[in-house]
Amino acid sequence: MMGVGQRVMAEQVEGASLLSVRNLRVNFRLDKHTSFEAVKGISFDIPHNATVALVGESGSGKSVTSLSILGLLPLENSSVLAGSEIVYGGRNLVALDRIELQRLRGKDISMIFQEPMTSLNPVFTVGFQLAESLRLHLGLGMRAARKRAVELLAEVGIPDPGYRIDAYPSQMSGGQQQRVMIAMAIACEPKLLIADEPTTALDVTIQKQILDLIAELQRKHRMSVLFITHDLAVVGEIADHVVVMRHGEIREQGPAKRVFEDPRDPYTKALLQCRPRLDRRPMRLPVIEDFMDGGAHAMNLSERSRGFTATDPVILDVKGLGKDFYSREGLFGRRKFEAVKDVSFRLPKGKTLGLVGESGSGKTTVGLTLMRLHEASAGEALFEGRDILAMSAREFMAYKRRIQIIFQNPYASLNPRMIIGQILTEPMQIHGIGASAQERTELAFELLHKVGLPEVTFYKYPHEFSGGQRQRIAIARCLTLKPDILICDESVSALDVSVQAQVLNLLQDLQDEFDLSYIFISHDLAVVKYISDEIMVMNQGRIVEIANSDDIYLNPRHAYTKKLLSAIPKGWHHGND
Amino acid sequence: MPYDVPHAVSPSLWALAWRRLRSDRVAMVSLAIVGVFLCMMVLSATGLIAKNWSQEVGANYAPPSFLGDDLERAAPSTGPQPSAPGAKASSAPTPVDVKDPLADVLAEIRGGAQDGAADDSDIVDPIADVMAQIRAKGIVPGAASVRAATLPFGGDKWGRDVLQKTIKGSETSIFVGLAAAVVATLLGTIFGAVAGYYGKWVDDFFNWFYSVFTAMPPLLLILAVAAVLQQKGISTIILIMGLTGWTGTFRLIRSEYLKHKVREYVQAADAIGASNARRMFVHIFPNVSHVVLVQLSIYTVAFIKYEVILSFLGLGVPVDAVSWGSMLNEAQNELILGKWWQLAAAGTAMAVLVTAFSLFTDSLRDALDPKLK
Repeated sequence: MMGVGQRVMAEQVEGASLLSVRNLRVNFRLDKHTSFEAVKGISFDIPHNATVALVGESGSGKSVTSLSILGLLPLENSSVLAGSEIVYGGRNLVALDRIELQRLRGKDISMIFQEPMTSLNPVFTVGFQLAESLRLHLGLGMRAARKRAVELLAEVGIPDPGYRIDAYPSQMSGGQQQRVMIAMAIACEPKLLIADEPTTALDVTIQKQILDLIAELQRKHRMSVLFITHDLAVVGEIADHVVVMRHGEIREQGPAKRVFEDPRDPYTKALLQCRPRLDRRPMRLPVIEDFMDGGAHAMNLSERSRGFTATDPVILDVKGLGKDFYSREGLFGRRKFEAVKDVSFRLPKGKTLGLVGESGSGKTTVGLTLMRLHEASAGEALFEGRDILAMSAREFMAYKRRIQIIFQNPYASLNPRMIIGQILTEPMQIHGIGASAQERTELAFELLHKVGLPEVTFYKYPHEFSGGQRQRIAIARCLTLKPDILICDESVSALDVSVQAQVLNLLQDLQDEFDLSYIFISHDLAVVKYISDEIMVMNQGRIVEIANSDDIYLNPRHAYTKKLLSAIPKGWHHGND
Repeated sequence: MPYDVPHAVSPSLWALAWRRLRSDRVAMVSLAIVGVFLCMMVLSATGLIAKNWSQEVGANYAPPSFLGDDLERAAPSTGPQPSAPGAKASSAPTPVDVKDPLADVLAEIRGGAQDGAADDSDIVDPIADVMAQIRAKGIVPGAASVRAATLPFGGDKWGRDVLQKTIKGSETSIFVGLAAAVVATLLGTIFGAVAGYYGKWVDDFFNWFYSVFTAMPPLLLILAVAAVLQQKGISTIILIMGLTGWTGTFRLIRSEYLKHKVREYVQAADAIGASNARRMFVHIFPNVSHVVLVQLSIYTVAFIKYEVILSFLGLGVPVDAVSWGSMLNEAQNELILGKWWQLAAAGTAMAVLVTAFSLFTDSLRDALDPKLK
């Protein structure tokens, strides 16, 4: 077969790297006159049979780098500048024409993407899509391709592959879809697999499985992997080499062991420190600036103690909360789906309740039901002794002010057609806070100051801000109503690690200042551990375990909690040797 | 402002869209053309130009000036012969010709009454006054009676200036197109917003209504609406097209609202206590308004063309008004006689406007596409 022949050829040039990037510069044209250099002359090597991790936050140019290797950059507004070289098998990929590149793509170099749900075509079975790439690249016949597809599905760990091959993507879970994508990527035995944030959209337990699978396949097929991620902790267990990028430049690169144990660049140090850890809980999380200024250890590292005590005044008492959804079945029938079942908890004033679970566990539904954005099917939620779920809409209006929510996606939760000033003054206007427009504007300025944004923000539109800034604006919007309870629904999950630390610090400061109570919903156990006093673990709509946050990490009682905890990427500290 | 914060006014999404549109050469040229047409329409509506479009200033079927008079004489099969070889072609009768058609009858009556003692004063010529007027005019050859042999872009059957007619026609056509588009988009938007936002039985109801509307052949629907309205006029045309044309917008806006109502910014608005109406029109509407705008211009183009069909069916503008549609309608008879200029004038005007408008719509859609995050 072709693959074998080429492999032999590659052996001959052993010693050199599989792929070398030399002085890669990529330019993006923004409009007629301005352009933006997304990648500013970077160089690194991908050795044979090794995993290289390309780590960086959004805007670092890591994805642009991977796309330029495959020649997949959008032609209309981007260009690889002269002098750039991507050498693979003695050829410069930058200079290759489209047809030759196409021949390489999927065969010698293949790629898996972040979102398996959008990478698979929903109207074809996974078997058809797998077989298609086999027929195109390897020239297999229908039957041979199908047989190989079953083998591949078995290899990536799809149970009962002979049967699942005829499943449509929608009939598979996110993790299984990503496995299918991996199967497609390794179908032609590529020598280089580029994985662009392959686990970011997945649950923590699935993430671990996928990481293990990629590591196993890499060893088995003796291929190289370019693993692109924003999260250093993820690559600690699988990477041989680490390349850290920021603003289109390489800050640091080296063997994984060296980078994790002895980071030389302050930015790498910051990335390693910003992420909350399970074993420590500083008063404030360190942020990038702490390191970039050089004063790396000026910050307050004293530990914060957490936990509920019996004397805490309870502000919200939820008893037996339930939420059913119905889907239509047959002509008249409907099927009941219990998204949340019999959830009870107490939230004391000024404390944080963490709500942890994987997707589909019902944790977001709990938040939305408490906000009455969903109608509860059962149970009650006593807010200062009154059941807010049983109130009329008019009565609830007064309480609506006091429970607010911060959504996950800061890009979607601000109305793009309003200036920040309008966004901030609107809730006050609706609830009659502040006597005049003048007073409301003053309040808005005050809050912007509080969340650490300049006053000019007031006159700008949401699209002019980064994710972290937008999340600050969303927090400021909630604060305009002076709420008692703030529900944070995955509020930091979409943010970069460094920005996440800043927003978590902000939330902590606000709690200290205003004595707010938080319900902190997240799939990220490390973050929840850091911010919460008590943690509630949910699985399939039910509470699995509820305990003080330190206890739950030290002695998890339930098997599911143990499974979740063991799946957390440990970074280098507890990882392999 | 409580604090005197120095700030540059930051560009809104609309301002950014306008910036993109301005850098699009095709868009700006077509916008200029549309602008010229709109100016023309306003000027003609205020009576500054083309006021005398209905005066019969030229010979019947006067050819365009650039063709010259020759064509007419080379093929003198139709139209009156020019009375003199000069530039004047007068079809007005000379004063000599003006005869009282009742003169003989009157004379007879008067003659018969001689033998009776009947009073002569009883018998009055009933059209004497009119005759006097005609004679008075006939003696002094008025400006109207002197007709030009050629007109800048030709004349119609009655010798009216085609160019002026086209300008006057733009008034009706563009106005009808725009107004009907506004009616149709407004209906479609409101129905779509309500159906998409509330969902459930409200959505079912509007969808049912929509299905009924689209199940009927459009021509039948037009005739039905025309039959109900029972009168000919510009407002009738606008209503016919508006009431039958909303369906496309309805589907589009409904799907947009379905998409947007579950977005987080709408949920966030719900969380801060914004009412349904506020969420529908203050929060969601500005985010779908680019769709509405594009629909509006697509409809304008379509309705300008549609007006022609209505005129053809006899449901168009009344006889005393002129539109491109009625001009094209007249042109079908003229074409047989080889008089192509009315068709050319109305057709060109319409084609230029519609093309410019379509190109503009296209660029508008590109510019309004909120690709940026």
